[in-house]
Amino acid sequence: MQTIHDTIIIDGQEIPFTKGQTIMDAALAARVYIPHLCHYPGLTPSGNCRLCTVDIGSKSVAACITPAAAGQEISNNTSALNDARKSITQMLFVEGDHICPSCEKTGNCKLQAMGYYLGMLDEHFPQFYQHREVDASHARILLDRGRCILCDLCVRASREVDKKNVFAIAGRGTEAHLIVNSSTGKLADSNIEPGDLAANICPVGAILIKEQGYQVPIGQRIYDQHTIQETGLQENSVKKNDD
Amino acid sequence: MTKPRIKIATTSLAGCFGCHMSFLDMDERLVTLFERVEFNCSPFTDIKQCEPCDIGLIEGGVCNAENVQVLRTFRANCTTLIAVGACAINGGVPAMRNYFDLQDCLREVYLTGTGVTNPQIPNDIELPLLLDKVYPVSGVVPIDYYLPGCPPSADEFLQMLEPLLTGKKPLLQKLHLHYD
Repeated sequence: MQTIHDTIIIDGQEIPFTKGQTIMDAALAARVYIPHLCHYPGLTPSGNCRLCTVDIGSKSVAACITPAAAGQEISNNTSALNDARKSITQMLFVEGDHICPSCEKTGNCKLQAMGYYLGMLDEHFPQFYQHREVDASHARILLDRGRCILCDLCVRASREVDKKNVFAIAGRGTEAHLIVNSSTGKLADSNIEPGDLAANICPVGAILIKEQGYQVPIGQRIYDQHTIQETGLQENSVKKNDD
Repeated sequence: MTKPRIKIATTSLAGCFGCHMSFLDMDERLVTLFERVEFNCSPFTDIKQCEPCDIGLIEGGVCNAENVQVLRTFRANCTTLIAVGACAINGGVPAMRNYFDLQDCLREVYLTGTGVTNPQIPNDIELPLLLDKVYPVSGVVPIDYYLPGCPPSADEFLQMLEPLLTGKKPLLQKLHLHYD
C-alpha cells in the first residue's frame, strides 16, 4: 500500500506525517523535541501530563493525543509555552513528595530532568504535603505513591505490553491515586514481576526495583550527563507482545 | 582609595551546613574573592547580629520560631537575598516530617522509638518552638534568587556571586542545574 505523506509545520519547520500519526509521533520521527512526561513511543497516548501542550493558532492542544492534519501551523519551542510547561512541572513537584536529595531516582528522574530542561529554580507554588500510602509489600518492587505523578505509564505498560493489568488510577482531582489490582490491593499479591515494563517505566521514583539502589553514584546518572531532550529523542518504541 | 568590599551575610536555618561547606570548596579562589567581599553575620565569622549587607545567603528551611526571626532579620538587612540549596528552596530533607503529624514525630523520636532511654519530649524554655511544618524560605520572606543543589557546588556559588559583585543579574546555566 502506498503511504501518503502530508506535512505539518512546527516552529516554521515542515514535518511529514502519515495518516493516523499524532503531532507528537510526527515530531519525534523528525527528531523534533516536544517536552513530554506521560508519552512513551509504542504505548497508547493518554494526554495526562500536558507538558506537550503546543499551540495551533490560538488553540492549545496536547501534541501526544492530537492527530496531525495537513497544513497545521504549530508553535512548540516558544518562551510562552515553555513558561507554561515550567508552571506545570512546578505544580507536579508541589503536589507530591519530590524531595530529590532523598530519592533513589534522583539523576534518573524525568520530572527532575524536565525541571532542568525548563530552567526551574524553585517550586513557586505552596507544597501540598499529602501523605500517600507506600506499598513495600513486594519483595523486589517498591511503590511510593507520594512520588506518583499520575502519568499512568505503568497502567498502560501493564495492560498493553505485560498483559497483566496490575495498575489503575482511582479517585478524582487531588484524590486521584494509583491502585493495585490484587485481592488485598498490595503489590505482593499481584502478578507483577521485576522484569515487567510496568515495573521499570516509571518516570519518577514511585515504582522502584529493590536491591539495586545507588549502584550508579549520584553525579554519574542519566540526567547528570544528558538532557531530557536528548533521551526523549532516543526512546525507541516498546514492542507489544501481540505485535 | 580601595573600593569598599561587598558585604555578605550567611546563615543556616533548618539545614545541615553542607551548603556552607560547599562554599568553602572554593579553596584558593576564596583568597581572590576576599579581595572583593567581606563576611558580616555568618558561621564563618561567628558574628551573631546581621548588619546592613549587600548579599544574604540563606541555607536551610524554616522549622522553628528562631528560624523565622533570623530570616526576617536577614531580609530586613540584606539588599539581595538568595535561597541556597534544596532545604531553603523547598524544605528539603527536614520537610519530610511534613508528611506526618508533628506530635506523632515527637512521640516516636523522644518517647516510643527504638532505643529511647529516659523518654521525654524536650520542653526547655531556651528551645525555639517548632513550627507545624518545615517551610521553604520563600514562604516567609520574598526571595531574590534561587541557587538549587544539595549542595550547590563551589562553582555554582561563584556563578551566582560573580555577576552580583559587579551589579549584574546572575543567571544559572541550565547545564549546572541540579536538585541533588
